[in-house]
Amino acid sequence: MNAITKPSRRRLLGTAVAAAGAFTFGFRFPAPSKALAQGAAAPATPEINAWVVVQPDETIIIRIARSEMGQGTLTGLAQMVAEELECDWSKVTTEYPTPGQNLARGRIWGNMSTGGSRGIRDSHEYVRKGGAAARMMLIQAAANAWGVPPAECRAANSIITHTPSGRTTTYGAQAAAAMRLTAPAAADVPLKDPKDWKLIGQPVARLDTRAKLNGSQVYGMDLKLPGMLNAAIHACPVFGGTVAAVDSAETERMPGVKRVVRVGDYAVAVVADTWWRAKKGLDALKITWNYGQHANASSAAFREVMVQGFDAPQAAVGNRNGDAPAAIAGAARKVEAVYGYPHQNHACMEVMNATAIWTPERCEVWTPTQNGEAAHAATAEAAGLPPARCEVHKIHLGGGFGRRGAVHDWVRQVVDIAKQMPGTPIKLVWTREEDMLQGRFHPVTMAKMTAALDAQGNLTGLHMRISGQSIVAGIFPQNIRDGRDPVVFQGLNASGGEADIGYTFPNLLIDHAMRNPHVPPGFWRGVNLNQNAVYLECFIDEIAHTAGKDPLEFRRSLMANHPKHLAVLNAAAARAGWGTPAAAVNGLAVHRGLCVTHGFGAYVAACAEVSVTDAGEVKVHRIVAATDPGYAVNPQQIAAQVEGSFVYGLSAALYGECTVKDGRIEQTNFDTYPVMRMVDMPKVETIVAPTGGFWGGVGEPTIAVAAPAVLNAIFAATGKRIRQLPLQQADLRRT
Amino acid sequence: MAKLNVNGRVIDVQVEDDTPLLWVLREQLELTGTKYGCGIAQCGACTVHVDGVATRSCAMPVSAFDENQKIVTIEGLSPDSSHPIQQAWLALDVPQCGFCQSGMIMAAAALLAATPRPTEQQIRDEVTNICRCGTYNRVLAGIQRAAGTAGAAG
Repeated sequence: MNAITKPSRRRLLGTAVAAAGAFTFGFRFPAPSKALAQGAAAPATPEINAWVVVQPDETIIIRIARSEMGQGTLTGLAQMVAEELECDWSKVTTEYPTPGQNLARGRIWGNMSTGGSRGIRDSHEYVRKGGAAARMMLIQAAANAWGVPPAECRAANSIITHTPSGRTTTYGAQAAAAMRLTAPAAADVPLKDPKDWKLIGQPVARLDTRAKLNGSQVYGMDLKLPGMLNAAIHACPVFGGTVAAVDSAETERMPGVKRVVRVGDYAVAVVADTWWRAKKGLDALKITWNYGQHANASSAAFREVMVQGFDAPQAAVGNRNGDAPAAIAGAARKVEAVYGYPHQNHACMEVMNATAIWTPERCEVWTPTQNGEAAHAATAEAAGLPPARCEVHKIHLGGGFGRRGAVHDWVRQVVDIAKQMPGTPIKLVWTREEDMLQGRFHPVTMAKMTAALDAQGNLTGLHMRISGQSIVAGIFPQNIRDGRDPVVFQGLNASGGEADIGYTFPNLLIDHAMRNPHVPPGFWRGVNLNQNAVYLECFIDEIAHTAGKDPLEFRRSLMANHPKHLAVLNAAAARAGWGTPAAAVNGLAVHRGLCVTHGFGAYVAACAEVSVTDAGEVKVHRIVAATDPGYAVNPQQIAAQVEGSFVYGLSAALYGECTVKDGRIEQTNFDTYPVMRMVDMPKVETIVAPTGGFWGGVGEPTIAVAAPAVLNAIFAATGKRIRQLPLQQADLRRT
Repeated sequence: MAKLNVNGRVIDVQVEDDTPLLWVLREQLELTGTKYGCGIAQCGACTVHVDGVATRSCAMPVSAFDENQKIVTIEGLSPDSSHPIQQAWLALDVPQCGFCQSGMIMAAAALLAATPRPTEQQIRDEVTNICRCGTYNRVLAGIQRAAGTAGAAG
């Protein structure tokens, strides 16, 4: 145990960080106490530039502004810097600059937000320029030392060679001199042609694997600071409710319990020496809640609200060409269907947690966050201190999936608690039950789909009326203009290159009647692409069947103007063997279903192979996935993201549902909120087919093709259309 | 008060009897490689070996243990990450966020100790830990690699 008594402020933090960071392999935390003492202006280590530190022993430290939460961005971003730096990859390690340093240095590291599959696609240019500029400075330093023109020198593998003379030196030897040179202007830093890349595009091993094999990787939950106390918390289970009264007499008599504190007007926390004792103390509290105006809210009642939105005269238009209502009115034949997608919890394996220390002078927080800058802003606001007096130390995330990005409710809570116990480090860890009840949920929506066919079965018009929840209205209401949430149309846009529809319809109307329940929404991995792909891609399948056409051929007939969508669809269908019968498995016929979409800048498609028993049991045997992210920085990590996306997407499709009764979420843990396990996992074949010229994300888009491909295969197997997720609610028994 | 045998050391711990083994490991012994995920033995993030058997430590009170039961945590699986499962995990880059992987590795190692050459179906049935990043196919391949059955018909 730590035996540090009465440490100085600086000593305490330095020790704490050493304890947190020293036993991670290849990943170091910049020293925060030093940074804070100098007004958060100083980097941890002398640097060539903001992105690159070269140490005399030839270690290359690459700074990573985005958060690693399993998606591999740490390795991919380091590959991009190293590509231009021309360093020895085996000597590369990484570190996070802090949000406080970013603020103090005019956001030199740019946006720290890690969501929307943007880690690589939004920073590829400036991180490569960071690597290239550092290389130019190192070469210049060597050229200066030799008295030769830098144009006569080249660098590779951390070695600088003066080509005419054959003299060599190393990055480590030149670092001190290079550091003193003026950095070239960004405009004077050329980047390689992609055809010359040597490291980008290679399936190099992740930089962060070793520490995850022996328990040494430190997650937020594992942090320990000297003198730290632990907190457990209950917020009102009905969103919007408040604490009326707390009887803490029994809790206060329990071993280890130090304090019972109110957090805002809506939560109560118990602070104890250990977390387990805090949690026991929490269980013994008698809290009386004011449930407020939503005490009787339910999922069933809200469904009626959404259904009413189908015919509401007011709706925000997302995509329109021609006159779909007129085409539908004059149709020889109409196809209609109503789809729905439930609330879901992110259910990160690591529950929400953060550690804070507050004094009247400053506040520091350690937390797993997808957005260090947002965590920093939340810290400052909750601390009642200027941002320059606050700091956030990002810790490796035990899953993010969007929960740890836009909203930092748990950070505000821990700062609130720490503020009530000045000078004492407080670690707040939620219970799984708290994590389930206090989520920021996948939005709940429904869609009424209507298609018009002419007498020959040609599609003449489509109307897609989405009704339901807006994430943006819940999180960034200032971005709602005239009742329109632009993000709700993800995957359905006419153009933009971010999330565009892959079909051309003679007449089209896609609109949204916004209906918001009291359940707070969140960006949930895949975001609105998830439900939109189900609605559109299953309904396209319905239209194809109604028109008596093959689902692939029918799609192709609408995709002439969408070659990149078509290419991934064709690739997945061809690899899967579309058009030839799938081999039976254990005597069960296997059927296929397709899906294609575009989101987060990448084109993705899937072909699922599914069997359904007479008893209605669904088995997904194999999924072939194709993705075109423009450029593939690390194909091995893209494959891992695609495989993982099917787990997340199929968990949602098979099981994922949070329901509301009496104003609160009914699902409290993995027993009532099942997720996919290995026994359910299909074989996944990933086709990575980058066509170049654009940068797309890979962490999310594949999520959205999982459910529609499986649902379409289930229809092929059973003739039954499932239009409401999750699948576990559906009856697929053969009758 | 309890006497535990953890990673080859016998240790006295001062805790209430109903404290789950998980929290004794994490808070009293500072062995934080074993994770809290659910608290109800559903997810397996807390998996340790008790006399070689994969055991979910979050729902087992410390009073259920004595010094004769050999508890091994991820920190004690091997001194240098040389266990065949750890080596296979490294070769295949199995972890994503990694939070569930201590439990996953302990579950896999216990399976191989009991069943050195498991079939694919045995692996799927026996390793029931939850991973939200979705590493299952690499976990499966990693176990097969460690067992020397990679590429064999499942």
